[in-house]
Amino acid sequence: MNDEIIKAEGLTKVFNKSLVAVDHVNFSVKNGEIFGFLGPNGAGKTTTINMLITILKPTEGKASVLGFDIAKQNNDVRNVIGIVPQEYTADEDLTGLENILLCSDLYGIPRNVAKERAMDLLKLVELTDFKDKKVETYSGGMRRRLELACGLINRPKVLFLDEPTLGLDVQTRTATWEYIRKLKKEFGMTLFMTTHYLEEADALCDRVAIIDHGKIVVAGSSAELKHNLGGDLITLAIKENEDVSGLIQKVEHVKDVRKEDGAYRIKAEVGEITTPLIIEALRKKGYTVMRLSLTEPTLNEVYLEYTGRSMRDAEESRENVMTQRMVRMRRAH
Amino acid sequence: MSETNGNSRSKLHGLWALTNRELKKWYKEPVLFLLSMIQPILWMGLLGKSMNISALIPTNIPGLDSKTLMQQTFGTSDYFSFMAVGMIGMTALFTTMFSGMSVVWDRRLGFLNKALSTPVSRAVIIFSKVLSATLRSMFQAGIIIVIAVAFGLQFGADFNPLNILGVFAIIFLLCVGLSSLFIAITIRSTRMETPMAVMNLINLPMMFASNAFYPAKLMPDWLQTVVSVNPLSYTNDAVRQLLIVNTVDYTQLALDFTYVGIFAVIVATIGIILSWRYLSK
Repeated sequence: MNDEIIKAEGLTKVFNKSLVAVDHVNFSVKNGEIFGFLGPNGAGKTTTINMLITILKPTEGKASVLGFDIAKQNNDVRNVIGIVPQEYTADEDLTGLENILLCSDLYGIPRNVAKERAMDLLKLVELTDFKDKKVETYSGGMRRRLELACGLINRPKVLFLDEPTLGLDVQTRTATWEYIRKLKKEFGMTLFMTTHYLEEADALCDRVAIIDHGKIVVAGSSAELKHNLGGDLITLAIKENEDVSGLIQKVEHVKDVRKEDGAYRIKAEVGEITTPLIIEALRKKGYTVMRLSLTEPTLNEVYLEYTGRSMRDAEESRENVMTQRMVRMRRAH
Repeated sequence: MSETNGNSRSKLHGLWALTNRELKKWYKEPVLFLLSMIQPILWMGLLGKSMNISALIPTNIPGLDSKTLMQQTFGTSDYFSFMAVGMIGMTALFTTMFSGMSVVWDRRLGFLNKALSTPVSRAVIIFSKVLSATLRSMFQAGIIIVIAVAFGLQFGADFNPLNILGVFAIIFLLCVGLSSLFIAITIRSTRMETPMAVMNLINLPMMFASNAFYPAKLMPDWLQTVVSVNPLSYTNDAVRQLLIVNTVDYTQLALDFTYVGIFAVIVATIGIILSWRYLSK
């Protein structure tokens, strides 16, 4: 079989003839990998997923899943994929088991097969004890796990996860990651997921595509992307109100200096050695270093590098503002 | 590739599962079930009994017989019977309206998208909504008849227990039409407010510009015209012919069935085509 499980060529979606949600994206997902679509809200992640799972027709371009064309052979695609949507779609008035069986009926799976699979899946997501409880009594984490189980009922070859941990607290999020890893191991599936959590993409995905304003700005493994940034990142601020970019640039190992919001973002090959050199150079000229941090690159830096703004700036949702606030508070302590 | 979940599947797979999902919300929830029955009971009990129209007719005028007059006006000498039977159509109107609203919920909660990403047919998704509303209304019709009898409904002289099947048949036709109409209105909506307003705009006139509470022949001419195109009027008439009228007018009854049947076929076809197109966008 072709190694490319998902292939998109010039995939485009335009809403109302003017709003370009997804703009000629090209990518391919390999057999057995976890592929992450990373970007802020409104970048076009969900629109892309909705095209791949055949509920939206592309305006232009084409894509295939396991060789089936998403527009022309949509029913074949539907048979081989599983979906874990962003929302909690399980019916609150039904029990967990009833919800899974409802999903199985939508795939036309015979009842006796479905029951056996449902029990296995409930066990896998540790909901066996709650199977006869109504979903309205479930916690967020349990609902998410139930969605996972529903998405697996047809033994999909490819599982699509749209923002799998949106709105979950930190512990539940980490637990959900564990389930996703377990699924991949147990079923050998290919996973396509979207997220706007950088750490999530970093923790789970074999390869990442960063999408912004409907376009893929860069794609590759998280390690590759970080490596391409060219080393560590030193962030530094000085007391004096002068531009010292030129001075820093001359220090050994420094590759690039950018001034942003009164701080210098310095890229250097070996941060541990370069940092003291920079401080030394500044001190010699009589400048006082006020703040300094050394970070190994994260996907956030990658994101910043390719989109020119921080992932956080691009986020507008209240939830994210809240999370940030909490992070800042924690940092302050 | 999909040998485990493909072979024995028919075009209609999932229809019963989706229909039953809607019905379960109702029959597994005794409170909701009772509440949905209370409304027609209240209408029947309060309006039907309070509007004791036959008491308006003086009994001391020679040559004026209240029974005959009522009979001539309402087709039955008992206003309660006239009105109670009208409740069947009214309940169907409200039940189908709420089934339309459930489409908006499914859309908002993401269930619709999830169903659309499975191999279930788009038509089945719409049919299941129509079917569940229809089955619910038919069941409610049965209950209303039982309650009305307990409250003193007087069957007509021509009444035969088999006529109840006729009542179910006309309610089936009416509901298929109405719920397709409401689904076509709601399927594009992500908000509750707009379709709710549109449906209220349709519902109240449909209820009052019909013969549900009052015979059309006593209404002003312009209103009679409205009543004469309202499928609810034909449904009410058919149900009255089948249950409470002393001498059934078979020509009228055939006309009722034809009219409601044509209404159902036309509206359901348009509604389902519109929804289907929208869902396969």
